[in-house]
Amino acid sequence: MSLNTDPNFDRPDDFYQALIDAHAGLTEAQSAALNARLILLLANQVGDFDTLRAAIAAAREALD
Amino acid sequence: MPSTYKAPEYPYVTPPELRAGGVAKTQVAIVGAGPIGLAAAIDLALQGIDFIIVDDNNTVSVGSRAICYAKRALEVLDRLGCGEPICVRGISWKVGKVFFHDKLAYQFDLLPEPGHKRPAFVNLQQYHLEEALVDRLAALGHAVRWRNKGIGIEQSADSARLTIETPDGNYGIEADYVIAADGARSAMRDLMGLEWKGQVFHDRFLIADVHMKGEFPIERWFWFDPPFHPGQSVLLHRQADDVWRIDFQLGWGADPEEEKKPERVIPRIRAMLGDERPFELEWVSVYTFQCRRLDRFVHGRVIFAGDAAHQVSPFGARGANSGFQDTDNLCWKLARVLRGQSPASLLDSYDRERVEAAEENILSSTRATDFITPKTPVSRTFRDAVLSLSQRHPFARQLVNSGRLSMPTTHRGSALSSLDRDVFAGAMVPGAPAADAPVRVRGGSGWLLDELGGHFDLLVFGPVAPQWLDELQRSLGGEVRLTLILARPTDKVTADVRVIEDVEGLMRQRYDSVAGTVYLLRPDQHVAARWRAPRLVEVLEGLVRAQGRGGH
Repeated sequence: MSLNTDPNFDRPDDFYQALIDAHAGLTEAQSAALNARLILLLANQVGDFDTLRAAIAAAREALD
Repeated sequence: MPSTYKAPEYPYVTPPELRAGGVAKTQVAIVGAGPIGLAAAIDLALQGIDFIIVDDNNTVSVGSRAICYAKRALEVLDRLGCGEPICVRGISWKVGKVFFHDKLAYQFDLLPEPGHKRPAFVNLQQYHLEEALVDRLAALGHAVRWRNKGIGIEQSADSARLTIETPDGNYGIEADYVIAADGARSAMRDLMGLEWKGQVFHDRFLIADVHMKGEFPIERWFWFDPPFHPGQSVLLHRQADDVWRIDFQLGWGADPEEEKKPERVIPRIRAMLGDERPFELEWVSVYTFQCRRLDRFVHGRVIFAGDAAHQVSPFGARGANSGFQDTDNLCWKLARVLRGQSPASLLDSYDRERVEAAEENILSSTRATDFITPKTPVSRTFRDAVLSLSQRHPFARQLVNSGRLSMPTTHRGSALSSLDRDVFAGAMVPGAPAADAPVRVRGGSGWLLDELGGHFDLLVFGPVAPQWLDELQRSLGGEVRLTLILARPTDKVTADVRVIEDVEGLMRQRYDSVAGTVYLLRPDQHVAARWRAPRLVEVLEGLVRAQGRGGH
């Protein structure tokens, strides 16, 4: 499985709002915890290490 | 001082060479009579190799050090003839529990299947283990030269010469080879100026050995951030004689001298126990841990083993356990080289295989350490996220790392292994340590691993034509011990070979074998080669390769 960066959301705007809403009322530390939990849940859903590694590299790309 | 144990004082005997003013000559000099040096001495004694073992002290290990002996190390100790007293004295366990805050996060079973002689782990204080090894060596007619300290080492192309300091003066030992098993602070390593590469972890741990009547089950318990020790981790193990070992994480800022004081330690233990039961402190120390190793373990005539060659953090019990695998790997090779049966290059395979194992252990230990002691705030956030998810979501338990407990290394790419030509399933790939199974042998019940090792073993799964066994026996007789594996006692045996009955069919299952399958095993019980129905020439080639005579 390779990393799919083409559009794949069935409801992109709903997803984005749900993501932002999930952080409502949280402190910065709680938000960081939520993000970490979310990444771990989604990473397990993907499972395949090569895909995860490609996603980590793509996420890191703009920051170096 | 421990109330449950009195350390023996072994006698110092003036070395005869001091009086004669000469030099002791031997095939192998072993520096260090800790667990690994003693295991090497016993192994060489069993193989009839001449050796001298020296130690700078005159007693066993002091304090709380190695405690968990893994199944593979116990199997090695069985081959050396001292597994039984250690297992009888020790505490068997196989279940580990991990707690986060005040709740169980997850638990693991390290040996979920039956049909193995030895359990996943036996806990025993290192001093008991060393005493058992010293006794075994004495039963074989050998003694350690106590209070003999190695203070110099020189080597030429064909020998090494140690300078030994004793209470009566110095003398020399000239040996074909030296095994340096003098521990994490190896003097041999320093004398030879060898680089000790790796990292020190910025954390401190308090070790307490506590004598008490505890009702905890016989399991490994690990707490992350428990209410009784907030923000840190705690590890609990039961040892022999109602002694419990507790490791409290303290953090890098802790003052080791202050933390060792009973008035600091006792409240910590009291908080953990949560009640007023009586206990006695047997031992307290504070440590930091390191993951380091030598680049190579073979340096000419000097061969490093155990902590002298590689050091890991304690989480995972990979220190002493990997050390026993070092000497298990080394001694048969050294014996063959000393007898002229294999070229000295066979020792290169010790270097490659055990460096490979050390890399595996250091990687595992470093990862556990990074989980237990997160180095950055984000690392801690992810660590806590894993732990909090693990209580409700099974997937996260895979990521919880309180130490991946010692498993033997499979030497997949070893030059001594023959590549599989045939298709096999399961774990018994060339380079893997042989799996145990219940068997019937010599008319009684037994265990496969008790019947293997010390020799090259060729296992032929029957029924097979008796002419094939005769042919193998004729061609290999002097070099390997041939064993016919039968599923049923009724299978007829006509050839004159040892027969092992696979009473529960577990050998066939674990070795993925059918009639005609052949396994070649090394003297350290690792698989060297396997075939479905080999020709004689393939078996011979496999043997030559496994003995390092192949020129590959």
